[in-house]
Amino acid sequence: MTDTTQGPLMAADGTPLKARLAKAMFVSRVRAFGLVAPLLAFISLFFFLPIVVLLFQGVYNDQFAEGMPRTTELIGDWDGQDLPDEALYAAVVADIKQAREIDRALPTKVGARLNREISGALSLFKKTTRRAAKMEAPFKEGLIKADKKWGQIEYWHAMKRVSSSYTLSFVLKALDLRITDEGAIGWQPENVQIHVKLFLRTLEISLIVTLATIALGYPVAYLLATLPVRTSNLLLILVLLPFWTSILVRTTAWIAILQGQGVVNDFLSYFFTTHVGRALDYVLVNLFWMDPGYERLSLIYNKLGTLIAMTHILLPFMILPLYSVMKSIPPQYVRAAKSLGATNWTAFWRVYFPQTVPGIGAGAILVFILAIGYYITPALLGGQEGVMISNIIDTHMRSSLNYSLAAALGLVLLVFVLLLYWLYDRIVGIDNMKLG
Amino acid sequence: MKLRTALIGAVSAAAVAGSALASESITVVSWGGAYTKSQVEAYHKPWMAATGNTIVSEDYNGGLAEVKAQVEAGNVTWNVIDVELSDAVRGCDEGLLEPIDHSILPAAPDGTPAIEDFIEGSLPECAVANIVWSTIFAYDSSKTSGVTGIGDFFDLEKFPGKRGLRKNPKAQLEMALMADGVAPGDVYDVLGTPEGVDRAFAKLDTIKDSVVWWEAGAQPPQLLADGEVVMTTAYNGRIFNAAAGEGKPFVVNWDAQILDFDLWVIPKGAPNMEATLDFVKFSTDTQRLADQAKWIAYGPARKSSGPLVGLYNDGKTEMGPNMPTAADNLETALVSNFEFWADNQDEMNERFNAWLAQ
Repeated sequence: MTDTTQGPLMAADGTPLKARLAKAMFVSRVRAFGLVAPLLAFISLFFFLPIVVLLFQGVYNDQFAEGMPRTTELIGDWDGQDLPDEALYAAVVADIKQAREIDRALPTKVGARLNREISGALSLFKKTTRRAAKMEAPFKEGLIKADKKWGQIEYWHAMKRVSSSYTLSFVLKALDLRITDEGAIGWQPENVQIHVKLFLRTLEISLIVTLATIALGYPVAYLLATLPVRTSNLLLILVLLPFWTSILVRTTAWIAILQGQGVVNDFLSYFFTTHVGRALDYVLVNLFWMDPGYERLSLIYNKLGTLIAMTHILLPFMILPLYSVMKSIPPQYVRAAKSLGATNWTAFWRVYFPQTVPGIGAGAILVFILAIGYYITPALLGGQEGVMISNIIDTHMRSSLNYSLAAALGLVLLVFVLLLYWLYDRIVGIDNMKLG
Repeated sequence: MKLRTALIGAVSAAAVAGSALASESITVVSWGGAYTKSQVEAYHKPWMAATGNTIVSEDYNGGLAEVKAQVEAGNVTWNVIDVELSDAVRGCDEGLLEPIDHSILPAAPDGTPAIEDFIEGSLPECAVANIVWSTIFAYDSSKTSGVTGIGDFFDLEKFPGKRGLRKNPKAQLEMALMADGVAPGDVYDVLGTPEGVDRAFAKLDTIKDSVVWWEAGAQPPQLLADGEVVMTTAYNGRIFNAAAGEGKPFVVNWDAQILDFDLWVIPKGAPNMEATLDFVKFSTDTQRLADQAKWIAYGPARKSSGPLVGLYNDGKTEMGPNMPTAADNLETALVSNFEFWADNQDEMNERFNAWLAQ
């Protein structure tokens, strides 16, 4: 068993086989890369880059440092104990004067940035800008005379916080935290805490929707996979039709169905005037102490409305992977189990079900990931208790124009989803997923 | 329908303009529905007829988000936008809007310069006001009667049922305080203190479970018509148009109304500046502002337009008493304080959103 040939294997032309192989592989790798390169470039340019740029805004904001360079430089050395000395006040006046010369709107832009940290800063900067041109030393006295807010230490603390362009304050805010005047990290005041609650609610709604789609989708997928082709094709079209309908149409259709004067409530209120309905009413009143008569149900503009519509809209994303997995399970296995004496339940639970788990995994992760970023349905049907984190991100993008906070919220959501993905991989195993 | 005709006209005209460069096209953005219609009738059509230029009319839901996106991307496609006062001031502060030289505005027929003719406070640096509007509350008189004032809006025992409120702290906080007994003159002093804000939210708390939130101005009349709410806050013109125009039995209660301006603004770097400014000048002259009141119950922003306001376009409804600026309606009115909102908008929104989510 000793190796008689010395040295590496040689190819016919005398070069080592290993090098030849590497060369051949290299060429095919380059070719393969060349084929995917356009897609890679496209995705990097139009998907990853915008996301990174946007998320970067969540930790970087130089509006203050850019508009107030001298103040930014000096305020770093201020100890934060007492009101700063004359030099810093002079820097503020000089900065505001210079900013106004560069661009008339610049001082108020700086004020608007500061106003995100402390209310009242915007009018403070506007007022000061009007007076700065004529102001003379001593500036400390002059500024405090122009507006007494310059004598309040909170405003200086806020300026110290925004003076550094790289900031964690938006990310902290996205978690209902803040940097206190003492420089420590603490909770936001209770009456503005909202994000943690919404993250938890988003998680809760997504989980419920995922479970509901499994419960509703599993039997449908089973039927699709086991019925004769003609019937199952018809059923498949029924599953796909809503899938092809615009999401906005489906959402507004749910409004028509669920609202106070909608189809469901109209039908139920009619039902309770019929004989059967009145009999049922009688039973409910006497056995369950319910109020007599039919009171229209609130099915919409709350969490229930969001759950119902989201479950319906996301159902195809559960049914389709389940269907394709079930379709590939040979019926012989269940038959074999039964012929070996298994009951219907045992054959299903021990033999059939384990083979469908990859489909459930794929469906669940699809539905969950889609649900966690869901936006339009909760916006239209959620009212106040059915809104999700994406709706708050939307508010900051569209109405409060706080892009930085929106980006920070997006960042937290992204980390959160990646964390869940990692957990899923650890517990279930991502390889266990099968889309068909 | 007319809007659509105008749009089709504008689009086809724009196509012609593209080939022959015969006329210019500008995009005017407003709030949609009955309000945009009033502007199309009173401003757009006469301007298009007079200049041969075309207007593309677009709808939006308020706020500066689109303006900010367009200006920051350097791709401004909107020329003139109809905004609320606080947004006009804030947009100017943040450098998103073009400053407008108010001396170019046409004088009143009697020669009064525009700067004096416009109502005080209606010409901030980057904007020109066109109307005075107000947030009021309204109800359906065929289902509800005996409403006396803003207190009843918050009285669920006397008037059980859902309430419609705008999903926005602005105006809702002021109304809550006035319902809680704060005199209109003291509202912003009270709201300027933490206790005052708590008080406003406490008042809103009393009806929170019964509120249906609306966002677009066209929603409140619809909510009333559908019977989804018993009373709702609304923009006064929308209720007037549903009542006078469509014969709905809606009644406006003017107690604790909150007055505000709507103004034209021009985003920084808007194209076709000459035609844009010409449209702003044209649409805010005395006659045009008075004409608009024929189509919707919002008060003109020029004093000289007041006497020219006559009948609604149905030819029988007197507009005077339906204007927010009518003397009888002003008794308990509050003028929205844009400085307060420019300063406190972020904090109030935060608080409001947190309160909503509780």
